[in-house]
Amino acid sequence: MTDLIRLAWAIAAKDLRVEMRSRTAIVSAVFFAALVLAIFNFARAPGTVSQAMLAPSVLWVTFTFAAMLTFNRAFALERENAALDGLLVAPIPRGALFLGKYVANLGFVFTVEAVSFPLFVLFFNVSLGDALPSLLLVTGLATVGFVAVGTVFSAMVVRTRFADLLLPLLFLPFLVPPVIGAVQVTTRLLDGRPLSEVWGWLRLLAAYDVVFLTVCAMVFPAILDE
Amino acid sequence: MTPQAQAATATIRRGLLLSGIALVGVVLVYALALFNTPTEIRQGLAQKIFYIHVPAAIGALIAFSLVGLVSGVYLWLRDPRLDLFAHASAEVGVVFSVVMLTTGPLWGKPIWGTWWTWDARLTLTLFLFFLFVGYLALRSAVPEPAERARYSAVVGILGLFLVPFVHLSVYLFRTLHPQPVLLKPSAPSMPPEMLRTLLISMGVFTLLYAGFVMTRYGLAILAESTGDSDAD
Repeated sequence: MTDLIRLAWAIAAKDLRVEMRSRTAIVSAVFFAALVLAIFNFARAPGTVSQAMLAPSVLWVTFTFAAMLTFNRAFALERENAALDGLLVAPIPRGALFLGKYVANLGFVFTVEAVSFPLFVLFFNVSLGDALPSLLLVTGLATVGFVAVGTVFSAMVVRTRFADLLLPLLFLPFLVPPVIGAVQVTTRLLDGRPLSEVWGWLRLLAAYDVVFLTVCAMVFPAILDE
Repeated sequence: MTPQAQAATATIRRGLLLSGIALVGVVLVYALALFNTPTEIRQGLAQKIFYIHVPAAIGALIAFSLVGLVSGVYLWLRDPRLDLFAHASAEVGVVFSVVMLTTGPLWGKPIWGTWWTWDARLTLTLFLFFLFVGYLALRSAVPEPAERARYSAVVGILGLFLVPFVHLSVYLFRTLHPQPVLLKPSAPSMPPEMLRTLLISMGVFTLLYAGFVMTRYGLAILAESTGDSDAD
């Protein structure tokens, strides 16, 4: 078990180090998020739809779309110079490979979220009140699950002909439960409602995380079999 | 012709025969629904679409469930025939979904007053449809058969787990909002003649599913035995 975690961490650290040296993906994703936020400010009828009404939906569309941009990177990197073959012949259990890629992806998505959230507060004139800790909790709960699904799908589509098109096509249906839940909770929290009011949604998000992390870890080895 | 190709041709022939019988059955269901089943008192003739819509919807859901279950068995046994069956079932499921998603709004406009509403059941079936269109798109993008089988099995399994979550989230979403009064679907208890037509139609659609899947499955086996792996 400790071996598994050690190996997974080695893979995740490798991915993060590669990214830290080039910074292409993360910088693009952050600016993509900023652009989406800016454009959404104008994608409404001024005067009839207030910024505050639109804010939670915009936040989650931005988070999830920016996340989707970073997923392809995880395995596109390994395709160059057949680096994936090297990983596969290395004495690493497939489970550790999944966990490593998953943790790296999670790191990316959390970084993008951490950078775009202050921009969101700024652009949309959001008054956080004391909702910040609860918002962080919800963001974590929603993100942990869909990144697992994204990791599995990106490992798959990167070896197909239309990776950029297939990933959203396969992945978007899986965003339905986390996005609906996260938007509902965010709306209520920004309205100053207590966390206890959204208990049902939080349980749904947590169940999604548990189920999809488990299932994704179980099916992931099947993708890499030769 | 190899024995495998001969068996496949026989399967295709049986599938076509079954599909033909089922299609005649669909015509008979139309006739039965229009001329020999009482007209619903409040909805009038619009209700007749029920005898096509409901069996198509149930057929699609069964087709997609079978894809998910068979995908799970495939990853365990790795028998290529299971994958070919899942593919055939997904295709027929998508066709049935199209029937369901076109007949539904046709009925909804006069009865609910709207083509579409984000009701829990509508949303769930729409996303299932999207998911399996993605499934078929993925299949067409992976040329190597074993690889394609593994990838699509993964999507099939994940789809099976997604269904309860989409249903639950859409349901929770709706219950937090006031329920529309106008758009509330009525649930009439059915007189025996209507039930009879519905049950016959369900039988016919099950036959249609079996016939279509058998034909597509036979074609896939035939394509494989002639080494033409791109014949989707």
